[in-house]
Amino acid sequence: MTSIGERLARKEDPRLLRGLGRFGDDQDRPGQLWMRVVRSPLAHGRLVSISKPEGAHVITAEDVPPGVRIPVRLKVQGIDLDDHLQPVLAADEVRYVGEPVAVVLADDPYEAEDLAELVQVDIEELPVTVDTADGTQAAEFELGYGDVEAAFGEAGHVVRIEFEVGRHSAVPLEPRALLADVDPASGALQIFGMTKVPVFNRDVLATMLGIDENLIHVHAMDAGGGFGVRGEFYPEDFLVPWLAWTLRRPVKWVEDRAEHLVAVNHSRQQKHVISAAFDNEGTLLGLKDDVLHDNGAYARTHGIIVPELTLAMLPGPYRVPAFHGRVRVMLTNKTPCGTYRAPGRFEGTSVREQLLDVAADQLGIDRVELRRKNLLTADELPHTRAMSTLGTDVVLDSGDYPGLLDKAMVEADRLGYLSRLESLRAQGHAAGLGVAMFLEKSGLGPQETADVTVSTSGAVRVHSGGTSLGQGIETILAQVTADALDIDPAVVTVINGDTVLQPFGGGSWASRSTVVGGSAVHRAAVAVRERAVRMASRMLEVAEEDLEIKAGMIGVRGAPGSSVSYADVAKACRPGSPYLGPDEPAGLTARRRFEVEHMTYPYGVHVALVDVDTGTGHVEVLRYLVAYEVGRAINPTLVEGQLLGGVAQGVGGALLEEFRYDEAGQPQAVTFMDYLMPTAAEVPRIDVLVAQDAPAPGNPLGVKGAGEGGLTAAGAVIAGAIRDALGLTGSVGRLPMTAERVRGLIEEGT
Amino acid sequence: MVKYDIPSSSERSEDKDTEWSVVKPAAFTYHRAYDVNDTIAQLAELGPDAKILAGGQSLVAMMNFRLARPSALVDITRIGGLDFLAKDAGGLRIGALTRHRTVETTKVDGFEVLSKAARWIGHYPIRCRGTFGGSIAHGDSTAEWCLLTVLLEAWIVLQGPRGRREVPATEFFHGFFMTAAEPDEMIVEVRFPRPAPHAALTEFSQRQGDFAVVAASARLDLAENEILTSRIVLGGVGPQPAVVDVDLAGQPANEETWRAAGEAAAAQVDPPSDGHGSGAYRKKLTATLVARALAEAAA
Repeated sequence: MTSIGERLARKEDPRLLRGLGRFGDDQDRPGQLWMRVVRSPLAHGRLVSISKPEGAHVITAEDVPPGVRIPVRLKVQGIDLDDHLQPVLAADEVRYVGEPVAVVLADDPYEAEDLAELVQVDIEELPVTVDTADGTQAAEFELGYGDVEAAFGEAGHVVRIEFEVGRHSAVPLEPRALLADVDPASGALQIFGMTKVPVFNRDVLATMLGIDENLIHVHAMDAGGGFGVRGEFYPEDFLVPWLAWTLRRPVKWVEDRAEHLVAVNHSRQQKHVISAAFDNEGTLLGLKDDVLHDNGAYARTHGIIVPELTLAMLPGPYRVPAFHGRVRVMLTNKTPCGTYRAPGRFEGTSVREQLLDVAADQLGIDRVELRRKNLLTADELPHTRAMSTLGTDVVLDSGDYPGLLDKAMVEADRLGYLSRLESLRAQGHAAGLGVAMFLEKSGLGPQETADVTVSTSGAVRVHSGGTSLGQGIETILAQVTADALDIDPAVVTVINGDTVLQPFGGGSWASRSTVVGGSAVHRAAVAVRERAVRMASRMLEVAEEDLEIKAGMIGVRGAPGSSVSYADVAKACRPGSPYLGPDEPAGLTARRRFEVEHMTYPYGVHVALVDVDTGTGHVEVLRYLVAYEVGRAINPTLVEGQLLGGVAQGVGGALLEEFRYDEAGQPQAVTFMDYLMPTAAEVPRIDVLVAQDAPAPGNPLGVKGAGEGGLTAAGAVIAGAIRDALGLTGSVGRLPMTAERVRGLIEEGT
Repeated sequence: MVKYDIPSSSERSEDKDTEWSVVKPAAFTYHRAYDVNDTIAQLAELGPDAKILAGGQSLVAMMNFRLARPSALVDITRIGGLDFLAKDAGGLRIGALTRHRTVETTKVDGFEVLSKAARWIGHYPIRCRGTFGGSIAHGDSTAEWCLLTVLLEAWIVLQGPRGRREVPATEFFHGFFMTAAEPDEMIVEVRFPRPAPHAALTEFSQRQGDFAVVAASARLDLAENEILTSRIVLGGVGPQPAVVDVDLAGQPANEETWRAAGEAAAAQVDPPSDGHGSGAYRKKLTATLVARALAEAAA
């Protein structure tokens, strides 16, 4: 019996669909105080004074421990960002609209909001920097390998484009929420609402508060989407627990949507100047990219990993003999930036694939053929690039890139994409097809830890370090456990993200939960199985080699009726059991760690069919195909769900979503009337082809992460399709391709 | 450690249960009115900062952002007899409390443009709650009903402490969210004097259901393929619905006429720029949408 590969219904759904999920705002404590954040109304200025309304409890930077700044979670390339870290409350200077300058506490959220409005913040205005190029340079670094200058020197053709990606980000359905309370019995700070990396956040908070990490208990919660932004350590993640700890009162804070749009990490904003060198046959000789990265006002927890990933992943699935990338990370008076699902890859893939489309036209080669010609073949893998990212070497592990491209094109044709394109064009429509190929990364280590325990009823509990962000990880880990133990997944309960139950968890991010978390669970479950067999051999008085496990029963091979269940074994593991050795620990349980040095690299193809209204510039995405290699799909339905959601977000970033600022640094998209998330009407019909042709060699399950591949090439493929529809010779230049920009391209052409 | 003068949890947990206020607007008082005279009396008493609450689809959102801060709301949704479409001496009267959805689902001969245009208004839940009179009172320059009252030269019927009066729609909209209605007056109905069998409204927004970046409406009187009279009204190009000075009388009803009229309309407007579109883009949209509205009106 194997549960892996089954389309098991989600274990989370019975609670989530009946409204029984436990989200951030669902927690309350008697006597709790409500926190409201007072945010800077100006983009840059010297903080002169903060007036506290009569009777209001207002906390400013003067009240918080001095020098508390939010640390970088992932330090890479040896770059020190200490001068650019965000304070938890602005002390002397405000640097973006929305920066926390004070908090107000009240017994009621409404009262807190009213009082916060009465707090007068006097700011002496300073010059505002909105344009990335005018910003303060926080970091500059280069990545690459091979002799790029020689490659360009001998090139028959050099193709160069400029391309900008607009500032946008994740907007989870549930805004952030936190509740912190000190348990009088244990003396420990109880925190509800931290997701993604609870163990890391616990440790950061323990350092900031100067207390032992075991005095902080972050509880498992449901979350209405994460996508990179939720669960990072923000100013509020210090303020709420600190106030609860200091005041010995429960403190609750719930972010509203208007706050969310200026407070959580923005992402994506980059400007690229990219060139490729080809020989006369269209073979890639080298690639060069110069990137200006807008990081907003501070370096937050992600430090410079988005620009780093941009460069490290830029060569993608192609055979690029020489590569050089340079990035300058600039600080501007805008909301600070971090990761958003497919960080660096959405940006880099958009730019690279547009470059290849332009190159194909200039070289007179079909764009699919140009890609096929330059893709690394299965024989060339594993392929090492002399670069590092996220502290790991870039080793493309396994795959058949041209094979998947061919599969995707056959599938698109079979689904009628090409005939629809022809018939639309015959009717005079400006219709176009986009094709984009991409490389993803997943399964970042360095480790994940899991505990698997069988109770005396036969129920199995898994304590994993992942977090439930809505992605279905509880179901996946239950399937992995059930597979290893040969039991029904229905008896498995998975608890994620509780720092007491799993104090060594790494969290859910970077498409790592199934790969790294799943492998840890697999190892722990295998250890439990081995122990169960050992115990059963004592119970049944037969050698371990003579035992087999079938449907949850451990029995003597060839002797039906002579068997014990996991429940029986768990009972035999209780203290006082005659089957336990003198120093043998009680319980049928195991904690195991999975460590991995390298990431595993999924890859995929997006194909999109668009119809452009030349009168208004409106782009309708008619059909959309994602072909994605995941090594092994633990639950194909959940893989497909991940891809569909990714496409929806990608359509937003490609066509609609942008955080614009005016010259004074005032954000122009602070409501859903101005920040245009795609709705059901804008999301196309999506076809999905999940490939399992290239298992990952680096983990026992053979899995590659599925979290991001629906989004990665969405900007690229839609930009390519629009370019095709309009018959442009150059690049579309910029994302998002708003109707106004498309209408402009129709007029001007390129 | 910082000390604050905050009551300890044991002191306060007695006097308050865990019911929190989950509202967002600045403080206001709420009043309900049961007939039109009652509304007018309450508005007079509450002063000029009081507002009428009908469907609440624009006002409540603005209050939640604290962009609108009325001192008081007078809820008129329980007033009977103001939810109707009635044929009247060749024309049509629509009661102020008629929901958009009712207009959308009621076909009235000669006024098909109203039910067709209703589908452009927001989303289904918004259309089920928002009211005809509320949209006119709000006076958004891109609102479908504001455009169509001007296009069809309707009359806005107001009632106040000084009695009842009718204001032509062409004089009703004074600029961004400003109208001819006095603070103590209430819109009771809108009167369309004559049918417009050849009329259409079309608009563009990036997402379905959003406010129009530009909306164009057109009305024609046709004899065979010749245009007898024409009227074009635009939204999203200025602070109020804009009547375009293009007379198509005597011209043939064909694509070339529509295209040229679109160009002429675009040449007349000087739209503002904002996050949803530059003035230049709005001019291009004007040309496209006027031509499309005319073609649809003639069809």
